[in-house]
Amino acid sequence: MKRLQRVAITLFALIMGTTIAPAADDVDMAIGSKTFTESVILGEMLTQIARSSGVRTKYWRELGGTRVVWNALLTGEIDAYVEYTGTLMQEILVGNGIRTPEELARALAAHGISMTKPLGFNNTYAMGIKESLALRHGLRSISDLRNHPEFNFGFSSEFMDRADGWPGLQQRYGLPQQKVRGIDHDLAYRGLEAGSLHVIDLYRTDAEIAYYGLRVLEDDLQYFPEYQAVILYRTDLQRRAPEVARSFHRLAGRIDAATMAAMNARVKLERAPESAVAAEFLRHSLGIAAVGDFESAWQRLRRHTAEHLLLVAISLGAAIFVSIPLGIIAARRERLGQIILGVAGILQTIPSLALFVFMIPLLGIGGPPAVVALFLYSLLPIIRNTYTGLKDIDPALRDSAQVLGLPPTVQLWRIELPLSASTILAGIKTSAVINIGTATLGALIGAGGYGQPILTGIRLDDIGLILQGAVPAAALALLVQGGFELAERAVVPRGLRLGGTSGT
Amino acid sequence: MQSTGVDWNVSRLSLCVKYPTLCPMLALDAVTKRYGLIEALAPTDLQVGSGATTVLIGPSGCGKSTILRLIAGLIAPDQGRITFEDIPLTPENLPHLRRRMGYVIQEGGLFPHLTVRGNVSLVARYIGWDSARIEARLRELADLVRLAPALFERFPLELSGGQRQRVSLMRALMLDPDLLLLDEPLGALDPMIRYELQQELKQIFQRLHKTVLMVTHDLGEAAFFGDALVLMRAGVIIQRGAASDLLTQPAEPFVEDFIKAQRGSLQPVSKGAP
Repeated sequence: MKRLQRVAITLFALIMGTTIAPAADDVDMAIGSKTFTESVILGEMLTQIARSSGVRTKYWRELGGTRVVWNALLTGEIDAYVEYTGTLMQEILVGNGIRTPEELARALAAHGISMTKPLGFNNTYAMGIKESLALRHGLRSISDLRNHPEFNFGFSSEFMDRADGWPGLQQRYGLPQQKVRGIDHDLAYRGLEAGSLHVIDLYRTDAEIAYYGLRVLEDDLQYFPEYQAVILYRTDLQRRAPEVARSFHRLAGRIDAATMAAMNARVKLERAPESAVAAEFLRHSLGIAAVGDFESAWQRLRRHTAEHLLLVAISLGAAIFVSIPLGIIAARRERLGQIILGVAGILQTIPSLALFVFMIPLLGIGGPPAVVALFLYSLLPIIRNTYTGLKDIDPALRDSAQVLGLPPTVQLWRIELPLSASTILAGIKTSAVINIGTATLGALIGAGGYGQPILTGIRLDDIGLILQGAVPAAALALLVQGGFELAERAVVPRGLRLGGTSGT
Repeated sequence: MQSTGVDWNVSRLSLCVKYPTLCPMLALDAVTKRYGLIEALAPTDLQVGSGATTVLIGPSGCGKSTILRLIAGLIAPDQGRITFEDIPLTPENLPHLRRRMGYVIQEGGLFPHLTVRGNVSLVARYIGWDSARIEARLRELADLVRLAPALFERFPLELSGGQRQRVSLMRALMLDPDLLLLDEPLGALDPMIRYELQQELKQIFQRLHKTVLMVTHDLGEAAFFGDALVLMRAGVIIQRGAASDLLTQPAEPFVEDFIKAQRGSLQPVSKGAP
């Protein structure tokens, strides 16, 4: 089938074109942030400080949880981010027996990392409870929770797992509660408001404490360590961009808890962009004329669309070119086929979120790991449909092709592939639609795309922002589905689309 | 010259039919085939005479289609050997030998994604015939099987059952093969069209002097076409000979039973038969 070949070649050229074209990512340094608002604002500050010194800087906002961002710093994918001393001592470098800031600085130096003095606020964990509930039961401290085993606890998943989180807290206070759930921090406030949760973990500088009128239970047994915010940066920055490193140190001691909580509130409650809040602060307290990244909604949509399309196009294109031959092999060799289908099936059962995160140690952060994860995810539907399409060809037709004396490759191209074209195309369509949806998770590991506004929207509890990602993603899926129906006309031979009469 | 040629042909034909071992185009020598526990073909010898029409007949599952599939190389024998004009049918020889065979199956086996023209000319195009030659051959064949050239651009699903079998025959004849293998070629047609095609097919075979090996379960059809009949049961050849031999000298009670059971089907066709 000439047409099929032509379509295949065009697709191939297209994919190769997009893969080879290098991402014009000429930057001198990169800043990261974790996925919560405070970290995003502070990351903005670092970015603007660097840019105001004329250093071309990429900002990986909402890059991931502690592990992801810390590893990105170690591997040099980012040069700086804001961390908390408690997290460093209790989690990242736990087991090193670090007790003092001096010991901490030494331990970091061993990794080639420098640390500024505290920025000025202690954002330790705390237990939050609704004021009305606290009054009703006379609750003041964490110890008071011992008498209420019926309470539902909702903790951020990080807090659930870390050594300095829930397990240690439960042990220190002897808390009896069984109903403890992991929940997104921003959703936890709403659970509290709705009454489905009684106690949540929070950060001392959370904007919501004032907004929801929460009581912070006293840590009467001094369980929570200090969580002083500090800037971590790669020591070689002192050589590569000395003025930036100096500016980082100038920020120490400049942000107190009230200022930080106010900035968090500006973003979370007043919907001010993080970049604007950060710029405002830098102007007032450091006199740095910083400029935020002010993107219009259209520019942002265009960027997210481009990022998303690139993720999908490369991963899906590569999947097509690997899966169709694999499907053909599977159909030709029964035993090998079972292995191929089995492996692709297992890949499909890995939860997509986990698959994305597995890629980080192998490929770092950003586009490449997301593309590989999406690629692996797109394999099975195409392999299976190619296999089924070829297997389902009427045996009489296969006999006819064989008796005509055509060599196997000619039989494949002229007879078998055209006959199974619609099944194969349906597999590609399934893969494409899954791929577009799953690609939104790419934002979790810094790959951008429509997942970015969704992620930010969840963090800021901003339905509008969530829709800015969800609606285009859904529209893209529909568009692609429509595109495939058109492609079916081009690829599936007319003789097969007649339907109707039975027979051959 | 012409009259002696015809005479010679006729006498050669009758000789070959009577003694197929004298001029076999095709020979099976102690060939067996098993599918798991089922013995599809017991050790079998069979010679198919050149230029004659041999019909394999018997109830379903008797092994007649297995023989055809073995000869077409779709399956390989477990034991024994098959020769085509003394050339053994081996995987190396098959691609070449297949060009000398034409194969027609019950529903035609036409490729639904190709037009009539595409189906018929597929192999010729592959082996490098130029389009003028292909076109000339297409016209010739359409004339032979009485198919309107207007149908060349149609897809199989746009044709009637009878038209499809005509196209299938065209495809089988395209490279002018020496041997035609027909597996229930008219089995899926309704009686009127079937009767009409039977007449035409027989004329075509006689005109082309092809060696034909046909499989059918219909005794009437077998008697109508066959210079020689081969009656089979459960993977074993029970009797071979002309239709009249089977009627007058049945080798076994099974032959009588088989004929008796199909008596009805013998009548309408024998009216048209010479």
